[in-house]
Amino acid sequence: MDLNLTESELKFRDDLRAWLKENLPEKPIKAESDNDPEYWNALRDWQKQMFEGGWAGVTWPKEFGGRGATSIEAGIYMEEMAAFDAPERVGTIGEGLIGPTIMAEGSDEQKEFFLPRILNATDIWCQGFSEPNSGSDVASLATKAVLDGDDFVVNGQKIWTSYAKVADWCLLLVRTDNDAPKHKGISALLVDMKSEGVSVRPLRQMSGESAFNEMFFTNVRVPAKNLIGKLNDGWRITITTLMNERANLGSSIYIMFKNNLDKLLGRMKELKRGGIRLADDPINRQKVAQMYLELEIFKLTTNRALSKIAKNATPGPEGSILKIYWSEMNQRFVQSTMEILGDQAQLQDFDDGSWVHAYLRSRGNTIEAGTSEIQRNIIAERVLGLPRSY
Amino acid sequence: MNFDLSKTQKMLQDASRTFFQRECPIAKVRELIDSEHGHDSALWTRIAEQGWTGLTLPEEHEGLALSLVDLAVVSEEIGHCCLPSPFVATTWASSLIDSSGNAELKKTLLPSLALGESIATVALLDEDSDWNPATVTMSATSSDAGVVLSGSKRLVLDAGVADTLLVVARIQDDLVIAVVDKTASGLRMEPTPGMDLTRRYYQVDFENVSAEILASGAEAEAALKRSIQIGAIVACADLLGGMEWVLKTTVEYARSRQQFGKAIGSYQAVQHQCSDMLLMNESARSATYYAAWALHENDPAGDEAVGIAKAYCSEAARLVGNSGIQIHGGIGFTWEHDLHLYYKRAKSNEYLFGDPSHHREQLAQLIIN
Repeated sequence: MDLNLTESELKFRDDLRAWLKENLPEKPIKAESDNDPEYWNALRDWQKQMFEGGWAGVTWPKEFGGRGATSIEAGIYMEEMAAFDAPERVGTIGEGLIGPTIMAEGSDEQKEFFLPRILNATDIWCQGFSEPNSGSDVASLATKAVLDGDDFVVNGQKIWTSYAKVADWCLLLVRTDNDAPKHKGISALLVDMKSEGVSVRPLRQMSGESAFNEMFFTNVRVPAKNLIGKLNDGWRITITTLMNERANLGSSIYIMFKNNLDKLLGRMKELKRGGIRLADDPINRQKVAQMYLELEIFKLTTNRALSKIAKNATPGPEGSILKIYWSEMNQRFVQSTMEILGDQAQLQDFDDGSWVHAYLRSRGNTIEAGTSEIQRNIIAERVLGLPRSY
Repeated sequence: MNFDLSKTQKMLQDASRTFFQRECPIAKVRELIDSEHGHDSALWTRIAEQGWTGLTLPEEHEGLALSLVDLAVVSEEIGHCCLPSPFVATTWASSLIDSSGNAELKKTLLPSLALGESIATVALLDEDSDWNPATVTMSATSSDAGVVLSGSKRLVLDAGVADTLLVVARIQDDLVIAVVDKTASGLRMEPTPGMDLTRRYYQVDFENVSAEILASGAEAEAALKRSIQIGAIVACADLLGGMEWVLKTTVEYARSRQQFGKAIGSYQAVQHQCSDMLLMNESARSATYYAAWALHENDPAGDEAVGIAKAYCSEAARLVGNSGIQIHGGIGFTWEHDLHLYYKRAKSNEYLFGDPSHHREQLAQLIIN
């Protein structure tokens, strides 16, 4: 056991820090509105700049234009990007989910065409999995694709799709065999979002912004060569994608929450209630210490998982433990924050409404990327070996 | 960065797991629970033969000079089998002696502790004090031989079998750690049984008891702090081993127990509790081993890492125990089932070396000030 960074890990970190100091945009990239095109262009430019500097697709093998970084280095990468408050990376879905799926399952032609375009931000990707009637039970999906000549013809609706309104491509799960058992009749298509018959409608969240969308597909023609993997093998491919989704997230989440905690600590030292500084109230002290310790343990368990992935290569169902941990921690975190700051925390102009936003946004955490209930089912079945419950 | 145990640490883990499974099955635990001192000297000798009574002590004093991570490995197995023994008391006491600068007393006391030939404990808490040594008020007066002690200490672990008691007192403002022999005149002790059936606590009274000084002033404070932190690591690992046992036992039960024609482990209400138990167990593991590593390496994060681990493991073990009992249903609530042994031990571990509130306040001081 040695929790110090190795020399090569330190070098990776220092190289990245040096590059970020040199290249970070002077002004933060901020959206004027949800559909501000300049915002998205600036983010594409940033992704491209990162690619040119060698800092896109860090975990991708070198043969595909990546840096070949280890899982531990990937953790460092996420942590440093968050610590520098670097702009959002529009390539995350492409880099983290789609790219690895294409590398594992795609044809040579698909690899050659799509992979470089992901890294240099030519293409922004989204994933079309969930449907109005297929949430946790994704495999029950009904969006249909029928082969007609050289094309699949796609009809159906997807929902909760992040980036759909700006995405160039979509990894779309469709039903290609109605008679097979539900897991065995699904295929995965790579769909050009500019195709005729694709329309996108943003959905407004309870926290106010519109980060996800509905997508409608009406007689959309998708060339058969854009099938990824074999026909009706889409479910297995999806599992690979979802496993990738849960790995690596932890390190940036840690920094994000840590920044919020530091901000709260700052407020606790400045503000008083009932004549006492918030930071001197023994109950507040207990609460903030609990937040702190839960967050630190999250980082430790993330590091343990990364250290394990570094040895065994593939992320496993343990990712579900981390997902439950951070999402529920954040909900306790924001509740404690509202209690500590008191009634002023509900105001939209108090700290720019950031506490209000954090409080409301956290409700989504235990739903997105697999609900807590589904994660607990996964742990019970695949880690603890309990019988399947559904 | 590598969070894995090293090869030799894995060997130690295997060896200690096999040893305690063989030497201390639950029937043995129950036999020791019914004994007067909750201690089997023959078993203690066999533990000492493995070197585990002197695991982290220097080689010159007959120790193995291993790390605190190794200590956590063995402590976890001790917690896993629920061993009644003076392991916590002796490890705390020997760490206290080892952390002091008293070469003479190290030479006199440590080898027999390391070799399992003697047992020691620490008497810290007095009537009003908590786990912060600064709150100790018991006063001592200087004498030619060292100090003379009068007063009472509560919750002294294993005083009934200890050959040596390290007593924390105060000469005016200065903290002093005094070494009291079990045969000293003016020393009286009374068992004060707690809910944990695997541990023995005592009230110890001192009436003009003469003692040598191990350390005083800043040196005593530093040694005491270090030894309490090492004790906290032992308690966390003990909690972790206990949690692991409760989780494993509960999952096995959920797989085999049938109701409504199906294993209860196929119901989500049961599954989700089991998943949470695993989550807490894994989190406690991260916290414990990191704390052991950081303290051993004298990492700047060591202080907070120990507090984080102790606060978290204490609550996690209680919650894991709650679910374990709940999932077992009626049988889990019986004296006959072993769950309550672990549940009660978790409670005494929760208090030992500072409870979660204590450690959260310490953390608050670190992060706010």
